[in-house]
Amino acid sequence: MSAADGGGTTTLVVRVENKAGVLARVAGLFARRGFNIESLAVAPTDDERFSRLTIVVGVDAAPMEQVVKQLDKLVNVVDIRELNPAASVERELMMVTVRADPEIRGQILDLVRIFQATVLNVGYDEIMVSLTGSPSRVDDFEGLLRPYGIVDVQRTGKVALPKLVKAAPDPLAP
Amino acid sequence: MNMNGGQALMKALENEGVDILFGLPGGAILPVYDPLIDSSIRHVLVRHEQGAGHMAEGYAHATGRPGVAMVTSGPAATNIVTPLCDAYMDSIPMVVVTGQVPYAAIGTDAFQECDTTGITMSVTKHNYLVTEAADIPQVIHDAFYIATTGRPGPVLVDIPKDIVDPNNPRSAMEWYTPDSHDLPGYLPNQAGDAELIRQAAKLICEAERPVLYTGGGILKSRGAEALLELAEMTGIHVVTTLMNRGGFPDDHPLCLGMPGMHGNYTAVTAMQEADLLIALGARFDDRVTGKVGEFAPLAKIVHVDIDSAELGKVRRPDVAIQGDCRVVIEELVKALKEMGGSEAQPDRNQWRSRISGWQERFPLTYEQSKGDELLKPQYVLEQLRDSTPSDTIVASGVGQHQMWTSQYWKFNHPYTWVNSGGLGTMGFAIPAAIGAKAGRPDRMVWAVDGDGCFQMTAQELVTAATEGFPIKVALINNAYLGMVRQWQEMFYEERYSEVYLTRDVPDYKMWAEALGCVGLRVESPEEVGPAIAQANEIDDQPVVVEFRCEAEENVFPMVPAGMSNSDVVVDPSQRDQPR
Ligand SMILES: Cc1ncc(C[n+]2csc(CCOP(=O)(O)OP(=O)(O)O)c2C)c(N)n1
Ligand SMILES: [Mg+2]
Repeated sequence: MSAADGGGTTTLVVRVENKAGVLARVAGLFARRGFNIESLAVAPTDDERFSRLTIVVGVDAAPMEQVVKQLDKLVNVVDIRELNPAASVERELMMVTVRADPEIRGQILDLVRIFQATVLNVGYDEIMVSLTGSPSRVDDFEGLLRPYGIVDVQRTGKVALPKLVKAAPDPLAP
Repeated sequence: MNMNGGQALMKALENEGVDILFGLPGGAILPVYDPLIDSSIRHVLVRHEQGAGHMAEGYAHATGRPGVAMVTSGPAATNIVTPLCDAYMDSIPMVVVTGQVPYAAIGTDAFQECDTTGITMSVTKHNYLVTEAADIPQVIHDAFYIATTGRPGPVLVDIPKDIVDPNNPRSAMEWYTPDSHDLPGYLPNQAGDAELIRQAAKLICEAERPVLYTGGGILKSRGAEALLELAEMTGIHVVTTLMNRGGFPDDHPLCLGMPGMHGNYTAVTAMQEADLLIALGARFDDRVTGKVGEFAPLAKIVHVDIDSAELGKVRRPDVAIQGDCRVVIEELVKALKEMGGSEAQPDRNQWRSRISGWQERFPLTYEQSKGDELLKPQYVLEQLRDSTPSDTIVASGVGQHQMWTSQYWKFNHPYTWVNSGGLGTMGFAIPAAIGAKAGRPDRMVWAVDGDGCFQMTAQELVTAATEGFPIKVALINNAYLGMVRQWQEMFYEERYSEVYLTRDVPDYKMWAEALGCVGLRVESPEEVGPAIAQANEIDDQPVVVEFRCEAEENVFPMVPAGMSNSDVVVDPSQRDQPR
């Protein structure tokens, strides 16, 4: 299983102070303690004092409890949420340029339609598309495009939020 | 009040209660050395920046207050990396100020530029690159707060030249006195969880063979008195790790002394046979546990530490309590009292008699030198211990002499042992002793140093001589990098590789004199006492006493690296004793 499947990995959502060098502190900590980063996404939050890191960590390489506790000791780390893949919604963005001679372009457009991907740019023998979806769906799409010849591909690494509570509170409960 | 960044830095340090600064100037930090002249803070001019760092550590060890060092950029900053790492490993509160090239020049490979915050990121609790003069008061206030709270540690503040240089408009600022910290990711917690403390108390009341395994957290939390109360109320024996020598009096009947690789047999074995280890501010270091999988196999574990990352890092505790050692011990004592205090403790006579049996069969021992043999270092340390005041502060280097000092000294007061435990930094003793003397001028301060260590930082004796720190150095000259020699003897079939230092070069007596100290040389047992007495009399100059010691002497007991503590190798004279 690949990291994107959530196999052998845990996702940490880490809120950090938006200060110079914070990413280096986090990356340096992982390197020094022998923890492995599978993917890392950095983004601003609605509060400009903070940024959010979404870090996918290989769990086989390190006891997750130690990863979290050591991260938490960094002065600039404000809080850490550990997201279990089953209890969270995960998304990843892929941009990919594929070989697409005019005679096979239609086949690729079929896949684009099926996956509800988006065509971003078209060249005389290549096409650039993007897909946002769960990491495994993005994997599938990439796999189906591969035989046509992938010229360039970029994936953002996943971001995630916890799933929401389904059952509304009982209005009759005391 | 209008001022420049350099003046603000000095004022900020004064406001933090800094009374002494160890440092050495240079280009990037130069503007700060001007307002220093008008400051109430005393500056001690070191001879090497590593010395400044270890002095700050020694000061912190002896006083509990943060040590402060100030050095310039580039090579000075790299020279102080070793003390930062040392302080990080041993949780020593320290603030280091480094100069940096002007802000606009950062990243251009300017003269004496180095990426100080990048280099020191992994050996500091936190570090700062200050970009605006106006940030200086707040950053210094935060730096001291971070260094001294939670698990203490070193904090580095890197200051570009332009923001402290009065000739640069970027240094202009308005002074303010910060009264709070905006550190949303740093919320140190002191108190332990009450329910967990009750669970720990319950385990203590049930244990037949409990041991208090106490580490540096006792001293850091000023918890020695609380520990004494806990031990006396429960009657539980105490082992004091290398970092907690002095945290429980060696003369106390419940004290078992130092555990670990060169710990005494009883401390090692009592832990190994215990059914409950109450770990207080200790971190299950590999030098204490031996082979981790076979460490204290029968013991349940109560682990108290201010740093939650230590709980479960090495050994999974049965009860893990995050909190300040002193606060948690005091709560634990209360909880135990509620359960009946000493009355509620089970009968542990059998355990006590096993312990005293080990103590009788396996005391520390060595064979006194005969005929024209050179001195036994253990004898020197016994003499030194017995001829100095009981509150003497002892700093040590790293090697055999360090282990003998920890073994043979009687530490009966907290904050009398100054030592490099986690990093094991050769050359620590002399500058650390100077820092301790600076913090406690009322105390006698001895450094016990190896001949190898001495050659790494002896130049700081010039600092001691010129700045008026009359420390005393007991130099254990065994002509070898002795600890490494011992390993080669025991584990490499006596194939000695690059461990011989020579006996007579340098001439330590002459060198000591050249450094501005009194130099004495001792070769026979009869001379040891009188030389120490002579050194103790000298209070206006540092003294170096060279003790010419046997080269072949080994440190025992010893748990060979990677072996189980049950396989501790005792002194040759005790090997036929029943365990
Ligand atoms: C800076 C540094 N370099 C190397 C070592 C490895 N080392 C540990 S003990 C030791 C020998 C120390 O020799 P000496 O100071 O003469 O002390 P002795 O063991 O002889 O008492 C060495 C080289 C170290 N701990 N620190
Ligand atoms: Mg030696």
